[in-house]
Amino acid sequence: MGFVRKWVQIIFGFLMNGYWGFPFSRSLYQGPLKVICAPGLNCYSCPASTTYCIIGSIQQLLANVRLSLDAGQYYFGLYVVGSAGILGGLFGRMICGWACPFGFIQELLHKIPSPKYRIPRVLRFGKFFFLVVFVILLPLFALDQFGAGEPWFCKYICPAGTLEAGLPMLGLQPSLQAGLGFIFLNKLVIMLGFVVWSVLSSRPFCRMVCPLGAFYALFSRVRMVRLRWDKENCVRCGACHPVCPMGVKFDESPDDMDCITCMKCMTKACRFDAIYLEVGGIPLRAGRTLARPNPAPVRPKI
Amino acid sequence: MPDSAERKVHRVRRAPFVVIGVFLLLWFVGITLDEPGRVMEQAIQTCLSCIGIG
Repeated sequence: MGFVRKWVQIIFGFLMNGYWGFPFSRSLYQGPLKVICAPGLNCYSCPASTTYCIIGSIQQLLANVRLSLDAGQYYFGLYVVGSAGILGGLFGRMICGWACPFGFIQELLHKIPSPKYRIPRVLRFGKFFFLVVFVILLPLFALDQFGAGEPWFCKYICPAGTLEAGLPMLGLQPSLQAGLGFIFLNKLVIMLGFVVWSVLSSRPFCRMVCPLGAFYALFSRVRMVRLRWDKENCVRCGACHPVCPMGVKFDESPDDMDCITCMKCMTKACRFDAIYLEVGGIPLRAGRTLARPNPAPVRPKI
Repeated sequence: MPDSAERKVHRVRRAPFVVIGVFLLLWFVGITLDEPGRVMEQAIQTCLSCIGIG
């Protein structure tokens, strides 16, 4: 399953960044696909990007909502939120595990041999702070003299934007270097910090900061595709705890908001068929609970 | 114990369909307000403030 997931991540990475004419055009892709949202965090100012970024777009729409209303245009972000909500209702944070290029980059960085450190669980609530404050409230209410806001998360925080868009655009358009200043330096430090932290800890940005992950986390109990826990089969051996890249203890929190449905717990750890995939309430497994009686699991010797 | 009693009955969950339906409605309303055009305008331009330049 890990092999399949890696290839799905690579394919989604290329689908979202499939414009390879940028070294010649020295500009962004401007075709019709840009009206489709990238399911994962992928900066739409990345020169190879073929889709728009949900987080970037919603900030831009909220930042300019007053100006739009003054012009008689009702751009509240419903199209963007609707797109994200459909994806959230279908897959939730499974997108983080299977289709997010920045999540994939963090996973690759974490494979670099080094001491590994855990991230305190309480820090995972940080992503909701960034979603509410930096993506919604500040773009909506921190206005300039013309009544326009700013994309605060993109401008001051997003390391994906720095890595995928800022640095490549500086290479493509050297004239942009004249505009470099403290803001870019700040973003560069944040990006380098997360690059180093991703080597030491598993997916630190996804767990603590990502506002798109926070939005998808809201669907953890109602999403169509999710992992389920069979408490009758579970022997509480704890084998699912150390394999989880998001620090989820699946037998303690089966609907955990951080579960990215990577299925490592199901395929690599659990030997008792206590974790299975479910689609819309229907389990997708060999049918122990549907087609034939459940055999008594082999209990470990304690 | 009879075989049927050992089997678990799984029902289709309604919640995901309701949630998807609500967001599908928002999505359609956004389209009727011509929001995709605005999103497109933003997405085809390099957003310098988005990437921390300028």
